[in-house]
Amino acid sequence: MHLKLQIWRQAGPTAPGAFEHYDMANVSPDMSFLEMIDVLNEQLLADGKEPIAFDHDCREGICGSCSMMINGRAHGPERGTATCQLHMRKFSDGDSIVVEPWRAAAFPIVKDLAVDRSAFDRIIEAGGYISVSTGSAPDANLIPVPKEVSETAMDAAQCIGCAACVAACPNGAAQLFTAAKMSHLNLLPQGQPERYERAVAMVEEMEKHFGSCTNHGECEAACPKEISIDFIAMMNRDYVKAQLKNRRLLGQTS
Amino acid sequence: MKIGSELDGNVPSGAIETKWSQHKFDVKLVNPANKRKFRVLVVGSGLAGASAAASLGELGYQVTMITYHDSPRRAHSIAAQGGINAAKNYHNDGDSVYRLFYDTVKGGDFRAREANVHRLAEVSVNIIDQCVAQGVPFGREYGGLLDNRSFGGAQVSRTFYARGQTGQQLLLGAYQALAKQIHLGTVELHNREDMLELVTHEGRAVGVITRSLITGEIHSYSGHAVVLATGGYSNVFFLSTNAKQSNASAIWRAHKKGAYLANPCYTQIHPTCIPASDEFQSKLTLMSESLRNDGRIWVSKEAGDGRPAGQIPEDERDYYLERRYPAFGNLVPRDIASRAAKREVDEGHGVGPLKNGVYLDFAESIGRLGRHTIEERYGNLFQMYERITGEDPYVMPMRIYPAVHYTMGGLWVDYDLMSNIPGLYVLGEANFSDHGANRLGASALMQGLADGYFVLPATISNYLAPQLGTQPVSTDDPVFAEAEQSVRDRTQQLLGINGSRSVDWFHRELGKIVWDNCGMARTAESLDTALREIPALRDEFWKDLRVLGDEESFNQSLERAARVADYMEFAELMVYDARHREESCGGHFRVEHQTEEGEAKRDDDNFAYAAGWEFSGVGEEPTLHKEPLHFDYVHLTQRSYK
Repeated sequence: MHLKLQIWRQAGPTAPGAFEHYDMANVSPDMSFLEMIDVLNEQLLADGKEPIAFDHDCREGICGSCSMMINGRAHGPERGTATCQLHMRKFSDGDSIVVEPWRAAAFPIVKDLAVDRSAFDRIIEAGGYISVSTGSAPDANLIPVPKEVSETAMDAAQCIGCAACVAACPNGAAQLFTAAKMSHLNLLPQGQPERYERAVAMVEEMEKHFGSCTNHGECEAACPKEISIDFIAMMNRDYVKAQLKNRRLLGQTS
Repeated sequence: MKIGSELDGNVPSGAIETKWSQHKFDVKLVNPANKRKFRVLVVGSGLAGASAAASLGELGYQVTMITYHDSPRRAHSIAAQGGINAAKNYHNDGDSVYRLFYDTVKGGDFRAREANVHRLAEVSVNIIDQCVAQGVPFGREYGGLLDNRSFGGAQVSRTFYARGQTGQQLLLGAYQALAKQIHLGTVELHNREDMLELVTHEGRAVGVITRSLITGEIHSYSGHAVVLATGGYSNVFFLSTNAKQSNASAIWRAHKKGAYLANPCYTQIHPTCIPASDEFQSKLTLMSESLRNDGRIWVSKEAGDGRPAGQIPEDERDYYLERRYPAFGNLVPRDIASRAAKREVDEGHGVGPLKNGVYLDFAESIGRLGRHTIEERYGNLFQMYERITGEDPYVMPMRIYPAVHYTMGGLWVDYDLMSNIPGLYVLGEANFSDHGANRLGASALMQGLADGYFVLPATISNYLAPQLGTQPVSTDDPVFAEAEQSVRDRTQQLLGINGSRSVDWFHRELGKIVWDNCGMARTAESLDTALREIPALRDEFWKDLRVLGDEESFNQSLERAARVADYMEFAELMVYDARHREESCGGHFRVEHQTEEGEAKRDDDNFAYAAGWEFSGVGEEPTLHKEPLHFDYVHLTQRSYK
């Protein structure tokens, strides 16, 4: 395959950036998208030009490092697929491909296609956990969890933290990530004691960094784990309830 | 070969069931109010590092966490699929701590330290409790209680799982506990920093030097103790199932500062990975071993057969595992399945465009059970395969081939997980301790979390308590300045070569040498070849490497160059260890040492020891320190799967 690439190059967070054009010949359809960039980088090096910087690690779609806007879509054209699992057979000979970093005010550019997503860590640090010091846990089967609850918590928990949801959102909002992380814990019996504090802490931290949600739903379409925006509704409900809930009565089950 | 002094694992005395509890009683303690007077450096944020840092922070120690990732949550533990073992006996099938201990020692082909393995089995049950309380969404039965799977090498169901993403969920649990401590200020996080040197002072580990991957700044960190939880070295083979950044630099730097590296030749090959598709392949992807429950492995009887699978009639197919191992068939252990596949490919029976795989065929199972059942069992794996290869495994057989995915060797540690350098602790895959010569499935996650949640927090006070009232060595001390300078010099050296070849080119070449000569099957001859070729390639590396850019920026080629430079040295030790071990055991298969049936043949009279290597200079002969292994509980037997 022969491809015409336009790739965003930017030396650092404050440096001006621009698209560079690269022609790639002999691209094998069996290559992954990142392997295609690897090959381009080898060519650049041979020509004495600095390789393109990009985040990547596991290349199995689970670590959430890779992060490329491909033709204006977070992680490219294939649904439910992270950039590292996208293969060149999804493109055609002669295609033009535009590659950009995640575009969001909360994610400053590190270099070229790599961005700083530590704002996500701040949201988890604010309350995205269940407080249980090592050694203080009861026997695991003392906490029965209905299978449907466990499965739904897992649907949310499989978020890989790649931030495609933010990149795809016209507002640069992080509702899908925050909701997935929060719902995972708020759905489970173990998560109940801190449920409402968690909702408040995570939402308020999120709002320090990110834009607001206006229900476009682009996040769900971009998510490589196809996480449902239903979780955003759950988060909003818990956040509203948290304002009114009498927490002294939380031990009551009905 | 230079033989040094014997190593002592400091295993507590007493019956094996009581060693750990007695030891916890015997260790010196630091009282709760004094814990904040100690600073501990933890390098690596995978299961072992994150769980250790979180647990130490909870206890009240001041912790510095260093990771090269942008977020601790991205460490490679996240990619583990299958599950985590624990001796809960929730299924009433006769499991016990002793059985898990027994299976692990035997599965490790009798090359692990019994006392460590027993402790691992003991704390396995606490790990599950801890993780469930954190909210890890393990698979459950309809009654709401935890479900288990069975896994290779065990006759009981003791594997807990969270779909095919168990590693991810366990790591997120540990990461969230860590995040809480970061928020509370007990753990200080330094992300995107690469540890490039260990600092020692008067023989003790007192700090590390890092390079910021963003700005290139060199930082010194000083503490009362240093904990390395930096993972394994599979990427020395270039193509492995490890993440691209996984590397051996931290343990290799520590080794060069005096820490002994034990059993580096114990590497594990996983039989069911997707074969490389072209020369640009950057890594290999593992497909869960569970596929072998319903898939049949075969090749054409005719070498060099170019026909597509569908055109090869049934009687011209060779189901070689079923033929050679009628009792276990397609379910023989990992090492045996891997070597059998290699033999078929080497003899010209390989399939696929590059003739580098064997078929794993589901046609019969689909016919017997229906497509729906197969889809239910393996749907996500089939989808992953289709995404990578563009072939539909419901219609065409999958192509698989073995790949490196775990390394049992690592820095030598004693029972307290302390290396021979006082104050240097090593956890998880980075140490050598619990899996012997072969790791059983679903045991890596268990060991990483055992070390981090339960072992280190209990043992580290034994080292710290006597230091009460002392300050960590100041980063103004000359030992730090020297270590910083050596990092700067090496970085300059890498940038200054200005040769013609890329770091990836050298890494691939090194990978080929070790895979061809020190991979699934090793001979004295192949190992000697590697021992000639590695130093030659290393010389070329230092003459002809080309790294562009500068040191004061985000420079990914420079990061990789430093890691490959370390692999160039590490690889030689790995091969040297394989050459010295004149026996076959677990993942170390020496062709000269096999039974008549072609199985690994141990030499317990001469090699029942852990080999701890002491560094004596690049290209110099290392010194061997032996730790004799005693098997008082699990009796030495030969494994057989016929």
